[in-house]
Amino acid sequence: MSIRLTVLSVMEEVAAEQEKKLAPLSDGSVLAESGLDSLCFAIIVARLEDRLGVDPFTMSDEIYFPVTLADFVALYENVAAA
Amino acid sequence: MSPQPDLARLTGAAATQADAGLRCGAGAASWRDAARGTILRGRRSELAGKSVLIGASSQFAAALTLLELDGVASRMVITPPDFTSERVASAISQSQVDAIVCDDDSLDFGAVRPRYVISALSPEDAPRGETVATEWVLPTSGTTGAPKLVAHRLGGLLGAVRPRAAGEKAPVWSTFYDIRRYGGMQIFLRAATSGATLLVTESGEPLADHVSRMAEAGVTHLSGTPSHWRRLLMSPDAARISPRYVRLSGEIADRAILEAVKVVYPNATIVHAYASTEAGVGFEVTDGLEGFPASYLDRLGEVEMRVVDGSLRLRSRRTAQRYIGRDDLSLSDSDGFVDTDDLVERVGDRYFFKGRRAGTINVGGLKVHPEEVEQVINMHEAVRMSLVRARRNPITGDLIVAQVMLKDVEAPAERKRALKVEILANCRTRLDRHKTPTAIDFVPALAISAGGKILRG
Repeated sequence: MSIRLTVLSVMEEVAAEQEKKLAPLSDGSVLAESGLDSLCFAIIVARLEDRLGVDPFTMSDEIYFPVTLADFVALYENVAAA
Repeated sequence: MSPQPDLARLTGAAATQADAGLRCGAGAASWRDAARGTILRGRRSELAGKSVLIGASSQFAAALTLLELDGVASRMVITPPDFTSERVASAISQSQVDAIVCDDDSLDFGAVRPRYVISALSPEDAPRGETVATEWVLPTSGTTGAPKLVAHRLGGLLGAVRPRAAGEKAPVWSTFYDIRRYGGMQIFLRAATSGATLLVTESGEPLADHVSRMAEAGVTHLSGTPSHWRRLLMSPDAARISPRYVRLSGEIADRAILEAVKVVYPNATIVHAYASTEAGVGFEVTDGLEGFPASYLDRLGEVEMRVVDGSLRLRSRRTAQRYIGRDDLSLSDSDGFVDTDDLVERVGDRYFFKGRRAGTINVGGLKVHPEEVEQVINMHEAVRMSLVRARRNPITGDLIVAQVMLKDVEAPAERKRALKVEILANCRTRLDRHKTPTAIDFVPALAISAGGKILRG
């Protein structure tokens, strides 16, 4: 499964578990408006670390927080490519 | 000795700008009107000398009630909005509450007391009368079972608040905290007693709306936990405000969040503060780095600091005075120092926070006792025992994860999957969201100490 699809499926899985309604997602979707809160993102980052073996938030020297879905996916793709 | 002025008098005296006041999404009140007006419509005197639960559902109403009753009630019992009715009932009983002030008569407080339903703020001519030294009673965060309540006095709560310099324009404050938690209460008191406008956000207000209000009001000072700040930085709305003072407290402020805030708000003074409900405001770190300088331990000043067995202890007039309803518990050691249970480690000339003693877990600023979660997991008949731990997380600091040992350790995978769903469903029914495990691993065994206790570590 591609990184992008993995990220999307984990987001859907966590939204369902946390009983949050996930907004339709596209590259430009703003994470803060996705229907997920901080706890959801915390869980998503933990699950992605388990599935993809990386946590870009703690691995990267340049720290920035993603705003859109494309930013979020790119964080993982960049770490995987590095 | 002249009595300490009450909060309404301090607020009225500081309100030099007529438009400065308290604002939420649904309403606003100037400090002048709030300090001079009433929401109790002539019934305030009935609460004189009483122990009163501040039971308003909105922070705006709670703030006006605090302003009105400080100096009048003997005790104000202030519970956070997410307290279950069971825990509120325990707070009512422990602090011998005589009356409840609320904004919604249909609320369930788990105990029956005379209710005072507040009305809209209106002017009042009656004098406020003699001031009594009101106890501000707050629950400590993260306790299991019955809440542990501590008593503060206004003087101690205001201990870290500096008066505004002459001629300095009043700041515009906002906070992501609820003012009924210690961190938010500090900002409320700071704003009220310095004539600064304060924007509060009621639960349920979308972040974008809160940010819009901040942008419109020209927010200059903003406070929250590192988790609150991460949430803001993940929003495109972050760029719509430009606070010149950024304050982080309530959780460990790590390098990542300090750096990230600096990138987004390059012109802001970034401060992380150490405070707790029991120990009060300890200190502020203004050099932009994580941890705090070791030289703080030798400082002469209002707060004295010690490190004993790796944990930070504080002594000052800002600490809480005592526990309420628990004469068996002592808040401070024999020298008057409050043990924060926060572990610190010295590296070079700096101390760094290492987490909580006794394994308390901090999920986005909310403390969790592992035992509390284990008890719920262990209720399931298929569970032999469980171990709840923190998993480090870059968004919320920690997450809750559980290792579960089943009575039938050989249970087939399909049965385990079903059990996981059932255990999590139990947790969701009985625990707050942040306390529910985010992952469950079934393990064949858990280590037990010689004393028969589960080994944590």
